[in-house]
Amino acid sequence: MKPKRYVHGELSLTQKAVIYGVLFLFIGLFLFPIFWMASTSLKTLGQVFQLPMVWVPSAPQWSNYVEVFRVSPFGTYMWNTIWYTGITVFATVLTSAFVAFAFARLRARGSKLMFGLVLSTMMLPPQVVMIPQYLLFNKLGWVDSYLPLVVPAFTASAFLIFLLRQFYMGISHELDEAVKIDGGSYFTMFFRVILPLSLPALATGAILEFMYRWNDLMGPLIYLNSTEHYPLSLGLANFTASYGSTPWQLLMAASIIAVTPPLLLFFFAQKHFIRGIVISGSKG
Amino acid sequence: MHTQQQAASENSSMMTGRKTKMKVHPERKKEERAFWIFASPWIIGFILFTGGPMVASLWLSFTNYDVVSSPRFTGLDNFISLFQDTLFFKSLSVTTYYVVLAVPFTIVLSLLLAVLLNQKIKGLFIFRTLFYAPSIVSGVSIAFLWSWLLNPDFGFVNNVLHEWFGLAGLGWFTDAKLVVPSMVLMQLTSLGGTMVIFLASLQSLPKDLYEAADIDGAGSFRKFFNITMPLISPVILFNTIMAIISSFQIFTQAYVITKGGPEWNSYFYVYYLFDTAFSQFRMGYASAQAWILFLLIFALTMLSLTLSKRYVHYEYTSRK
Repeated sequence: MKPKRYVHGELSLTQKAVIYGVLFLFIGLFLFPIFWMASTSLKTLGQVFQLPMVWVPSAPQWSNYVEVFRVSPFGTYMWNTIWYTGITVFATVLTSAFVAFAFARLRARGSKLMFGLVLSTMMLPPQVVMIPQYLLFNKLGWVDSYLPLVVPAFTASAFLIFLLRQFYMGISHELDEAVKIDGGSYFTMFFRVILPLSLPALATGAILEFMYRWNDLMGPLIYLNSTEHYPLSLGLANFTASYGSTPWQLLMAASIIAVTPPLLLFFFAQKHFIRGIVISGSKG
Repeated sequence: MHTQQQAASENSSMMTGRKTKMKVHPERKKEERAFWIFASPWIIGFILFTGGPMVASLWLSFTNYDVVSSPRFTGLDNFISLFQDTLFFKSLSVTTYYVVLAVPFTIVLSLLLAVLLNQKIKGLFIFRTLFYAPSIVSGVSIAFLWSWLLNPDFGFVNNVLHEWFGLAGLGWFTDAKLVVPSMVLMQLTSLGGTMVIFLASLQSLPKDLYEAADIDGAGSFRKFFNITMPLISPVILFNTIMAIISSFQIFTQAYVITKGGPEWNSYFYVYYLFDTAFSQFRMGYASAQAWILFLLIFALTMLSLTLSKRYVHYEYTSRK
């Protein structure tokens, strides 16, 4: 996407200086916390509390990162997060693509009304349905397992349905007419034409869903009780539970480990991120 | 888009003959059946996990239910108790305070940054990346990071205040008056998403109005308030509503950093709801809280939509 920027006339040197000044100031304010997180994660416990402050430790304590895995079952937390995020992202994106295809391509009585319903559930605060959902899963004996978090992922997400539908509306109808003429079913149309053509949109959807699952605290907090089931978010929240005073260097090292995968994903796929955010803004 | 669809439907009716208009054609029936099959994941999910639970939670809000014994219908008791519950009003008021601070700051700052990025400057792409990056790292880790930065005894910010300016440090998350503003401050670093939406809408504005204004000799501020603001007003409204909805649901920061303290001053609405439901297992009372939250958010959204009617212009919609 090539941004077509409006030209406000030429800027004077002073105006430019002010603009860059303000931008750099805010970039500094926004990014400094992450720098401080990295810096703290490489300090000794003594350096953490040392005054004057140690900005960059001269002998970085990489062993802090090993220590994190020794003092807590951090490897288990990571593995739980990875497989849980993997399954839910795959399930949500695939089922949402199904539903989006229905709304974008197939005509049926009541489909407009249903789409309105999809949009309105996006505005619904999840707390309203949280309690009955818990009671349902409790009856089924699913509490303290990943089932209450994984199974609903197979029923699509309203936001992804909206996002993918927007994309499918833009795909030319000539191709699905061709499938129809060849006598192909709607499944052929979906798997052979729509799905391959919408890989970029699926990537955008997958990334947004990944971010949500990776960071979510409330869901795991409600359903998971045993430590060996904890994902990163919950494991991290309880990281300091066994300590009298907070081992900040370890906590920051653990945090760095937790934020690295999303950050890497962002830097490699930021085009998809930005598009996802922009489309989500276009429903206003 | 529409013309394409019309063309396609004309095409198919040409191929299948004029009968399509008289009665439901078998092809059309097949299509309708396919629709329900493809939409079924959402329909099942809606019944099981959204629609059903909504009805259940409305019913539960009129009952007393502790999960162990069966729910007992108590009429309006939960709602009457809520209105006599000081903690309910405390949590509602600290949440409102948070929303009232966080929303305007988020909107104004992200719009300001978007406008600056929309000028003729080099490195737009890099700036946008760097501003968006902090909003990637949300959740528990960022909450811990801020509780460390703003730690009253050894935190970076208080150290700087002390070493560089000789000032006494502030209590930030431990001071009853400062805890909510501190949470707002922390939240501001993740306004990247809002900023990206503003930036996209600014980039798609038509040039001609600005050229006309240039000819008339309008300054940058006049152009901003008289042209840009009206044109992007629907986007401002959208971002404001989304910010209100998400701010009302603040939870993780308080759960991780303050546990609701000091003295309930960060005991946000959803935190109280969470405790009622999952620490005390008072499911009926918690459902009543959830419905009040829902009605509150719904009313605020409607209010924003109504109030904004005078100010929001839809003649030019900037989306594709």
